[in-house]
Amino acid sequence: MSARTETILWIAQRASAALLAACVLVHLATVIYAVQGGLSAAEILGRTRGNGAWFAFYSVFVLSAALHAPIGLRSVFSEWFGWRGASRDIALALFAMFIAWMGMRAVIAVFA
Amino acid sequence: MTDRALKARVWRGAAEGAFREYEVPRHASQTVLDVVTHIQRVLDPTLAYRYACRVGMCGSCAMTVNGVPRWTCRTHVDKAAKNDRIEIAPLKNLPVIRDLVTDMREFFDKWARAKGRFEGNRTKKDDFARVRPESAARMQADAGIECIGCGVCYGACDVVSWNRDYLGPAALNRAWTLVMDARATGRAERLRAVAGDAGCHACHTHMSCTERCPKNLSPTAGIAGLKRAVAKAALRGEL
Ligand code: SF4
Ligand code: SF4
Ligand code: FES
Repeated sequence: MSARTETILWIAQRASAALLAACVLVHLATVIYAVQGGLSAAEILGRTRGNGAWFAFYSVFVLSAALHAPIGLRSVFSEWFGWRGASRDIALALFAMFIAWMGMRAVIAVFA
Repeated sequence: MTDRALKARVWRGAAEGAFREYEVPRHASQTVLDVVTHIQRVLDPTLAYRYACRVGMCGSCAMTVNGVPRWTCRTHVDKAAKNDRIEIAPLKNLPVIRDLVTDMREFFDKWARAKGRFEGNRTKKDDFARVRPESAARMQADAGIECIGCGVCYGACDVVSWNRDYLGPAALNRAWTLVMDARATGRAERLRAVAGDAGCHACHTHMSCTERCPKNLSPTAGIAGLKRAVAKAALRGEL
């Protein structure tokens, strides 16, 4: 992998970290609000279904996580287990797609 | 003080080896280098170690003292010993040649890989470059310029032990002083050389290097500067 690509990955990880920090705060605030207000599952679904802003927010959340975690694991794998090179990067690209797929499946289920 | 003895455990051998214990008389203001010298001159002439200046100028006497990388010539036994015991080992993260002597080739090769050599574009026919000492860039370069290449930071950095390709704090600090040097050429190549998994982006900002540098430099700050400079260059498509 070229120094340029590695730098872009580093930037992507920093940017996704910033997004995740904001997303986690909004997410926690929403959870606390929903629990305290005593909203039922049906009421929650009533608010999320067809809500474009909600969909956009959780899509950003999921995609940031899908980007952030595998890039971090690149270093963990190389530093702790000596796993470097293309095999590691391909495995982690698949892992990123897996997180994105699982996450977006959940988002779509609550939106559609 | 002189009637007390110090029990010094000293590494003997190379990668394979063992600690051997010596009893060394204590003196006022005794340094760890004094202890090693006493052992070599009086107790065991086969002990190999390295020093030159004895006053914190040359950077050749770095060893691991009670687990901490230090200049032995500037470390007082009073400060470093615990209960009249001291353990002296070669500097970490470098191959051991014999006893307390490490092979520093990879350390300096990495300075070359990080493009740590100054190159300018003026000849002796040109006028002097005028660099304002109070300019922001020059002040950043000056903050890192006093490195004497002792390798203490290199021995303190965990990322070096986890990632043998990592350029390490001293080489990156050197590159940063050149990136901040208005007279130096080859900026894009230098940024490329220090980017990525073996370069500045591998640094975890542990700050062990900064904590241990006997010159009170902060390679961590220089590396953070490199991360910013490299990221900007990458986004502009200049990397
Ligand atoms: S940065 Fe400090 S510890 Fe590292 S080689 Fe230079 S003087 Fe030694
Ligand atoms: S701040 Fe970076 S270079 Fe310094 S010890 Fe930590 S990982 Fe190594
Ligand atoms: S002997 Fe020169 S720095 Fe210690």
